[in-house]
Amino acid sequence: MTPKAKALLAASATAALLLALPAKAAELTIGFSQIGSESGWRAAETSVSKQEAAKRKVNLKIADAQQKQENQIKAIRSFIAQNVDAIFLAPVVSTGWDAVLKEAKEAKIPVVLLDRDIDPSGKDLYLTAVTSDSVHEGAVAGDWLAKTVGDKTCNIVELQGTVGASVAANRKKGFDTAIAKHANLKVVRSQTGDFTRAKGKEVMESFIKAEGGGKNICAVYAHNDDMMVGAIQAMKEAGLKPGKDILTVSIDAVPDIFKAMVAGEANATVELTPNMAGPAFDVVAAFKEKGTVPPKWIQTESRLLTAADNPQKEYDSKKGLGY
Amino acid sequence: MTALLPRRGLAQILALIVILAVDRVVSPQFFDLRLQDGRLFGSLIDVLNRGTPVALLSLGMVLVIATRGIDLSVGAVMAICGAIAASLADSHGLPVVLAAALGAGLVCGLWNGFLVAVLGMQPIVATLILMVAGRGIAQLITEGRIVTFSSPDLVWLGNGSVLGLPVPVVIALGMLILTGAVVRGSALGLLIEATGGNARASELAGVGTRAMILAVYVWCGVCAALAGVIAAADIMGADANNAGLWLELDAILAVVIGGTSLFGGRFSLVLAVLGALIIQTMNTGILLSGYPPEFNLLVKAVVVLAVLLLQSPKLSGFAGVMARLRGTKP
Repeated sequence: MTPKAKALLAASATAALLLALPAKAAELTIGFSQIGSESGWRAAETSVSKQEAAKRKVNLKIADAQQKQENQIKAIRSFIAQNVDAIFLAPVVSTGWDAVLKEAKEAKIPVVLLDRDIDPSGKDLYLTAVTSDSVHEGAVAGDWLAKTVGDKTCNIVELQGTVGASVAANRKKGFDTAIAKHANLKVVRSQTGDFTRAKGKEVMESFIKAEGGGKNICAVYAHNDDMMVGAIQAMKEAGLKPGKDILTVSIDAVPDIFKAMVAGEANATVELTPNMAGPAFDVVAAFKEKGTVPPKWIQTESRLLTAADNPQKEYDSKKGLGY
Repeated sequence: MTALLPRRGLAQILALIVILAVDRVVSPQFFDLRLQDGRLFGSLIDVLNRGTPVALLSLGMVLVIATRGIDLSVGAVMAICGAIAASLADSHGLPVVLAAALGAGLVCGLWNGFLVAVLGMQPIVATLILMVAGRGIAQLITEGRIVTFSSPDLVWLGNGSVLGLPVPVVIALGMLILTGAVVRGSALGLLIEATGGNARASELAGVGTRAMILAVYVWCGVCAALAGVIAAADIMGADANNAGLWLELDAILAVVIGGTSLFGGRFSLVLAVLGALIIQTMNTGILLSGYPPEFNLLVKAVVVLAVLLLQSPKLSGFAGVMARLRGTKP
């Protein structure tokens, strides 16, 4: 290198240093390895991530992994090669990330996990994880029901998620813990609806028959809104009035549950926010600018939304997101 | 009647009665029926209504299996046709929606039939292609969302009633009668059995085996399309990720429970549909029983094993003795 070039380099380095703080904040480039289109919520998460990136003038590169870990690993390697400022990862599975995350660490690129956590052995390999607490979601649903019912005796039927899914187990646990404090609340029937509308409807049909045509049921708790949408149809076909004869509370806050709420057929839902990227952007910006090290886990808010919270507005704001 | 329901139907009817009796024990109100808004309401109706998709699939599947084939793509075809129906429902009339959905099923069947009959691929591999790709196609149509609709005509197809019976049940019954009339009212059934029994010998005897194989896959596609439309109409939306998921296996199971051999040859439409009802009677019973969901699959496996053992000529002492008395091999 010639002395002239060296001087130039030094000068530009100084200039870069001076400009670094404001300039870098405006021009963060972040690579996001997204799982793929597994559900409407996932599609919404992708579109909200893009919106949040545009809001902050972040250059967001999204790689769709089509539910394959090897695609995610490839995407992360290519982000490292492009020397991005940070990598967001929504891991499709919880294990097998050590090698590629070490590469990111060696390249000094912070990694933020979105929506899902990974195997504990890799805790030092990522900056932070932005996820919701699904036990807490179940608890919010249970607390709402306990408050709404008051001292009345209430027989609850539960539509569980897929057997073996950790989300289903957690949402059950949170709800059970919340209602355990109230002796008048009891889950009388619990069966899996596989997180789908069709199964939610079929299982609810059988619950109604098994519980005296639905007369013994005071409330339905579903681990997701889709099963509840199916259950609402089953109740209507059985001549019951969901939302009035039978209270409903479910989790996720997808647009169609707000449609049901507007029609007075659903009572409450707990939001699983699709905005995981927003807090992650803020954390990365703070880390890059001031070196603030965030806590290992950032819990997203689990908002309770009922008919009193303007469901029409919620529906309008969510329907375009790809749910 | 003997042509539709041969002697071997005894094991299936017995199994159905036993399962119904068990359902009555776990759920005392199982046989209760009442009228609700002009339609019958009760667990028995649920069994018929929820059993419809698999019953429709098994009608097509049994013919395919009779030719010594198999169709793994029916679940994916359901998803495709449901997605098409849901996307068109609010902008087009029911005839257009049905024509498009059933047409898509026909094309899917033609594709499978072409791979098997013309290119000579192994049926399990040939239909695996559409099983995998089909769900992707359905997701492309729905863009990964649950496409909902409110067209009253299409909703009626899933939730309406005729003379108190749910429309899907009436459709399945109609399809059974139609398929039975075409297949057993002519020599077609015999030709299909001949193709499955020994394709080469049938070919030499003048049976158009290629046309037979093509025809059964097309019919299987159409049946799957109808099942897909009904499944979408039922929930007023098309769920490309989950519609028909794993139902191809239930359809194959229904055919096998119905006593049709996977090695082709003799088949029975009525018993295949009965097989579908046996599966659904068991499923509904499990849901009514109130056992924890962790037991669902275990119970299902045990019952299926029992039903198949009941049919096994080697293990069924009664059948064995009868066969020896008649001096024939079971």
